[in-house]
Amino acid sequence: MMAAVSTRPAERATGDLPRYDVGALRTAFPALHQAVHGQPLVYLDNGATTQKPRAVIDAVVSYYTTDCANVHRGAYLLSERATLRYDAARHRVAEFLHAATDQEIVFVRGATEAINLVAAGFARSRLQPGDEVLLSEMEHHSNIVPWQLACEATGAVIKVLPFDDQGVLELDRLDALLGPKTRIVAVTHVSNVLGTVNPVAEIVRRAHARGIPVLVDGAQAVPHLPVDVQALGCDYYVFSGHKVYGPTGIGVLYGTAEALQALPPYQGGGDMVRTVTFPKTTYAPIPSRFEAGTPDIAGAIGLKAALDFVATVGFDAIADHEHRLLALASHALAAIPEVRLVGTAPGKASVLAFTLGNVHPHDLATILDRQGVAIRAGHHCAQPVVKHYGVPAVARASFALYNTEAEVSFFADALVKAQEIFKR
Amino acid sequence: MSELQDLYQELILDHNAHPRNVGVIDGCTHHAEGVNPLCGDTLKLFLDVKDGVIRDAKFQGAGCAISTASTSLMTQTLKGKTTAEATSVLAAFHALLTGDGGPPPNPELLGKLLAFAGVREYPSRVKCATLAWHTLDAALHHKGEPVSTE
Repeated sequence: MMAAVSTRPAERATGDLPRYDVGALRTAFPALHQAVHGQPLVYLDNGATTQKPRAVIDAVVSYYTTDCANVHRGAYLLSERATLRYDAARHRVAEFLHAATDQEIVFVRGATEAINLVAAGFARSRLQPGDEVLLSEMEHHSNIVPWQLACEATGAVIKVLPFDDQGVLELDRLDALLGPKTRIVAVTHVSNVLGTVNPVAEIVRRAHARGIPVLVDGAQAVPHLPVDVQALGCDYYVFSGHKVYGPTGIGVLYGTAEALQALPPYQGGGDMVRTVTFPKTTYAPIPSRFEAGTPDIAGAIGLKAALDFVATVGFDAIADHEHRLLALASHALAAIPEVRLVGTAPGKASVLAFTLGNVHPHDLATILDRQGVAIRAGHHCAQPVVKHYGVPAVARASFALYNTEAEVSFFADALVKAQEIFKR
Repeated sequence: MSELQDLYQELILDHNAHPRNVGVIDGCTHHAEGVNPLCGDTLKLFLDVKDGVIRDAKFQGAGCAISTASTSLMTQTLKGKTTAEATSVLAAFHALLTGDGGPPPNPELLGKLLAFAGVREYPSRVKCATLAWHTLDAALHHKGEPVSTE
């Protein structure tokens, strides 16, 4: 089966764009230049996390080396510098997402915590018995389980928008699922298994027509495509820094000012309050209301460096390069007998899930690892997606801006070697 | 690549392709479920024990080659053993996979199971090989909850 990606590498070798210098980009990523099991590392698990450019590592180190102080409190130079850098990071994220104001950016640990924050807020302030939360069938566990917790606490129920065998959401069923009891729609922008880029703006338009807010999980989208939250029109948008070349432990909850103000506080503590007395506490305005305790200052500073890095490469160039790799890989895998591609939506992102005959994905991942190739195997924290295809697990290669055509060829050859081991 | 042959030995590949003792024992005396939440492997194990002797062992489940072969070979090994002997094999198998890599203390107890010695070099795969044995432990001791490798 061939993925619905029409571009052949040969047709894209030349063009008017300046040549994408992947070799130069790779020099910015120290971790890529190492051997594993005596083989050059071919890192194809970018959907799990990306490697970090030197600029990100340096930014984190420079905070700890010269500017280490707490934010928003110290009347001394180091704290002022730390605060300036932390606030600059928030401004950079607002710019990156095209948010209207910096106040609409809340720093959290990652996409998971962001969704938990919103789901917990809905559980405490909005959901009633019989209310409905609409998810899609292709959600990551992080966009399922927080809503299940919210439903367990309130008596609300989860409804599911299914996808077809290509991995495309069945949008013609959306309107019937958006009912008078639907309180929120939570949907992924890009599927972590299928690579499908969902028509988020259209989903938001139809939900908003009924006054229903929408949360978008952007964890797999932000490394691959430009995001404009105002154009999408969504109420909440979440992502993790480490999937877009930033540090682990830092992530973002975007919410329109109105949508954030509608949520009660999440965690209590310092920095999220205005005044505290034992009878009564008043809370700080957004976004501080949701940032109790000392935040991941170094992480935020590192995330800014990562977003700066991505901007210098440019999303047009990144998308062009990644789609070239995806087309090459889809073509190479389609030529291997017994390969079945999982997720063939038109215009998908550079995420390639597949099965290889009777070779279990875990065995495949081990055999590839010994050849230096890092891929993901398992249910990818999206068990309903894997179940849809009637298999216990799938393998996944996911490509980033620093992967090369040579790596794609090496990966395909490594799959053939795995087949040989199981056929001997 | 050649060291992969130590992991994927002929015996393991054979038991993966043709697992023995697949099925359900109606009216079994012992049963348990095992899951490996990291990879989604699931296993149902059924034992028929009489007078302290395991007369039959069968399983159902989906897993990788290491997991499937381990379960298949385990069920072969268990038949005819007393539950006390099965517990000794279980301990020896764990020592084989998680020990310091020296010669196994009870090679005669392990027999064909020595084929799994190579798994020790693949830390992320040890749980694939031990899932069946965790499940055996649960079945013998009638633990109600499904056993998890995590």
